[in-house]
This record gives sequence, C-alpha cells and structure tokens, in this order.
Amino acid sequence: MHAGPAIAVRGLRKSYGDVEAVRGIDLRVERGEIFAILGPNGAGKTTTVEILEGHLERGDGEVSVLGFDPGRHERSLRERIGIVLQSASVDPYLSVEETVDLFRGYYPRPLPREAILELVGLSGQRRTLVRRLSGGQQRRLDVAVGLAGDPELLFLDEPTTGFDPSARRDAWEMIRGLRSLGKTVVLTTHYMEEAEYLADRVAILVSGRIVAEGSVEELVRRGARTTIRFRVEGAQPPAHLEAEPAGEEGAYRITTLDATGALHRLTGWALEAGVELRGLAVAAPSLEDLFLALAGSPERDGVA
Amino acid sequence: MRAAALLLRQVRYENRSFWRNPPAAFFTIVFPLMFLVIFNLVFSDRTVEMSGGEVAIATFYVPGIIALSVIGACYTNVAMGISFSRDQGLLKRVRGTPLPTWALLGGKVVHAVVIGILLVAVVSAAGTAFYDVSFPTRTLPAFAVTVVVGSAAFSSLGLAVTSAVPNADAAPAIVNASILPLLFISDVFIPLDDAPAWLTTFSDLFPVRHFSLALQASFNPLEQGTGFEAGHLAVMAVWMAASILIAIRFFRWEARR
Repeated sequence: MHAGPAIAVRGLRKSYGDVEAVRGIDLRVERGEIFAILGPNGAGKTTTVEILEGHLERGDGEVSVLGFDPGRHERSLRERIGIVLQSASVDPYLSVEETVDLFRGYYPRPLPREAILELVGLSGQRRTLVRRLSGGQQRRLDVAVGLAGDPELLFLDEPTTGFDPSARRDAWEMIRGLRSLGKTVVLTTHYMEEAEYLADRVAILVSGRIVAEGSVEELVRRGARTTIRFRVEGAQPPAHLEAEPAGEEGAYRITTLDATGALHRLTGWALEAGVELRGLAVAAPSLEDLFLALAGSPERDGVA
Repeated sequence: MRAAALLLRQVRYENRSFWRNPPAAFFTIVFPLMFLVIFNLVFSDRTVEMSGGEVAIATFYVPGIIALSVIGACYTNVAMGISFSRDQGLLKRVRGTPLPTWALLGGKVVHAVVIGILLVAVVSAAGTAFYDVSFPTRTLPAFAVTVVVGSAAFSSLGLAVTSAVPNADAAPAIVNASILPLLFISDVFIPLDDAPAWLTTFSDLFPVRHFSLALQASFNPLEQGTGFEAGHLAVMAVWMAASILIAIRFFRWEARR
C-alpha cells in the first residue's frame, strides 16, 4: 500500500475554452479522513473531483491519488477507488442485489454483499428492481455500488443534493459510518451543514480557487465573526461599539472577531449609561457565516 | 479464458435486464413478423426475378425481413441502447470501475447479436410454416456465415454511429434517418428489379443491400452453388472495419448537451 497521503494536488488548473474553471488548487487529503470540498454551484468542485477520479484530463499541475496519476486511467487505481457521481444511473431492470453483485464482480477483493446492503440501509429492498426505488434509495444504491470493491478512497459528488431533511440526516449517518471502516472519503457539497457535520477537514472553493482550508473549528476560529444583537430605547450606542442599525427602530447588530471584548464594551456602556439591552443575543460563529462571507464575493463566474 | 468469462457475465446481465421488460421484448420479436405479414399481403401476386429465374414473392421477403431483423437488433438497438446508457451516466459510471471498456461494449453487442439470431430463427420458422419458403439446407453454411458477418458489421456500425449522436433525445431521429431510407432502396422492403440502374449503383455503396442480396442467395431455390456471396460479404467486412476504427477513435463516454 502506498504510504503517502490519499490525495496530493499541486497547482491544478483546468479550462473549458476561455473559461478557467479551476485556477491553481493545492490539496492534501490524509488517509482515513473525511474531506469536504465546499463551494457554491459553479465553483469548480465537480471539475476538481472529476480530475481526481480520472474522468477529466487536467490542464496543468500535479495530481497524485493513492500514489497514482489518475490521468493515466490505470486499472490498479480504479480497483482502489469508489466513485459516486452526481448523476449516474444503473440498469433499471436489475434488482438491488443483482446490481451490487454485478459491480462487486468487477473488483479483485469486493466487500460482502450483505455488508454493503447493511451499510447503506437497503437490506429490506434487496429484491426490488432499481426502477421501483425512491430517489433517496437510488442514491443509497449509488453509494453501495461505489463501495462494492471495498475502496481505500471513496468520492461522493454532492451526495445529498435534492434530498429532504430526513433523508439527508440518514445519508449523513451512513457516510459517518464509513469512517469507522477506515475509508478515506472526499465529498463535494454546497451545504455548509453537511461539511460541518461530516468533514474532518474542509476546503472552501470559490471561482476555481481555494479560499480557505482546515478543520471546521479552525476555519470558524480563523475567519468567522460572532454576531451580537440587541435593542435599546431612547439611547444611541456610541461609535466605539461599532454597532450598526439592524432593521427596526432601536435594533442594532455588532459583528466581530473579538466577541469577548465587544460584549465587555457593550455591557460596560449599558451599565454606565443605565440603558437596558433588550433581546440581547449572541450568535456563535458558524461555517455558514464564513462561507457566505467568502462565497458572496462578486467573482462568481466559474463552471460546474 | 478470464476475458471470455467476463464477457459472458456481461451478456448474462444484459439478457436478464432485457427479459425483465416483457412488452419491450414482445414487440422486439413481433416487429419483424408484422412486416413479413404485411408485405406478403400487399404484394401477394407478384413474383421476383432472382438468379436462375422467377420465384414467389415470399422467397424475396423472408430473407429481406431476416435482414431487417438483424439490422434492427444490431444496428438500431446497439446505437439506441448505448446512446441512452450514455445519457443516463451508465457508461461513465462503469468507466470508473476496473471493468475494461471492451467487456462493457462487447456485452451489449453480443447480447444484441443473440437477440438478432433469435429473430432470424423466428422469421425463418414463420416463413417455412406459413409462406412455403424452403429453409436453406445445401446453402445453410452460407446462410449462417452471412448472418454472422451481417450481425458483426451492423453492430459495429451501431457502435460507430453513437459518436454522431450527441444525446439520447437525438438518438431516434439520427438512427432512423440513417437506416430507414436505405431499407427502401436495398431489396429489403421492395424488390429493386424495376429500379433505375443509378439507384442500385448508389445503394450498393452501403452495406444493407449486400446483406439482403447475400441472404437471398441462400434462400433462392434455383441457386446451384453453395450460396456463398464473397463480394457481398467483403463489402460488409470493409464497412465493419471502418466502423470499428471510427468507434475506437471517436467513442464518447458522456452525452453532449
């Protein structure tokens, strides 16, 4: 087994005609971690993973997946990875277990069929024809097919797009379950809750560039701001508090990287001036704030 | 050995899937029979000029509809099936697995040929039972070789044409437009014995007429020899070789939108 990281990417670029979809990406995914590539639609997420999967040729840069160059489309690499594409169907007239068996047969050391069905929660539908499965069940089957060969590395391209909230929860539990198998998982998503819930580390991709990378905590600590909201009557917060009006009369908002200091100054002023802070609320920083701050930049002309 | 097992496995799954959709399977089989019945009704009084003399119209239509069956099963179904699989992402999905490309496409082609041969048997049986056409005996080897060469050639053509099909919506139009007119000018639907010479010269550029004429030779009761039509078989082989080269060079894994 190759000893280095699961994925190492340096200076990756890819253009479609005049449009540069990926503009110089560096990535390192360690073995056994769940790594999320988070970004708005059109940021270049799918382009990036399709290069890693060997479906697309890279424009420029160095790419190593489990020690292989995916551009050479070698069989030994395909035996070690599992790919769950955004939209790829299987034969609708085969049953769930036939489909899983068909794909298991392509690999030298497949996972046992029962283990796969158990893992994705399709044990009860084993004899159901694919065409009769619900959308969520078909997506589970996609994952089952991706797992068929007992891959070291699994790619999940937007695994829960279009799911209702409860189906999404179920899918998340399933993906978390893969961690206990020691699989490396690379997933793309445009839902920050998904990245926050599942990933050990996250790279935020905007317009073909990685604008932030690290563990969810690190990212939040590094870049996200705490929001403090309050209402006051008959008083105006002084300028040094940096409070901005927030909608209705008397409502204010402070966004800050230094929550402790800001709260101290705010309550100090309120006590001194004898002002009551109504509806005082402190919202913890979330990945969402960071994501919106980064992804909301005007440059959003990438390609999916 | 392993390659053969791999291919056989693909064919088995294709076959299982095919019979899981009974209406589709039923009409695949009934379709050529309908043509056999209709043409024999419409032209019931005619005779056709074949080498050696005049023969009954059914002797023309049984091999004609056998040609139609093989072309439908191999050319049309392979082209449509692969275009649709490509649209649904099935090809791309398999491309990410260790299964070699040839095994995936080979499985589809071999299954198409098996269905084609089933149709040949059904049409031959109907022709012998209801239209008094004698099934080839002395020319049986020639008949079998012609069916095999035809199946291989039209499957290859079906593979090649998928590179001209951008997506599944366009597949029926492109596939039908490329084959239906040829069926009318290639001694399949209509005998060309009264057609102007330039028309037969034109249709001889394409493989369809060579296929139907080679099949006719093996069904012709006045045929004196073994029924082998080396010239016709050679033209089909050339088309097959060209198609395989085109398929290898221009095959696409994903639909164009």
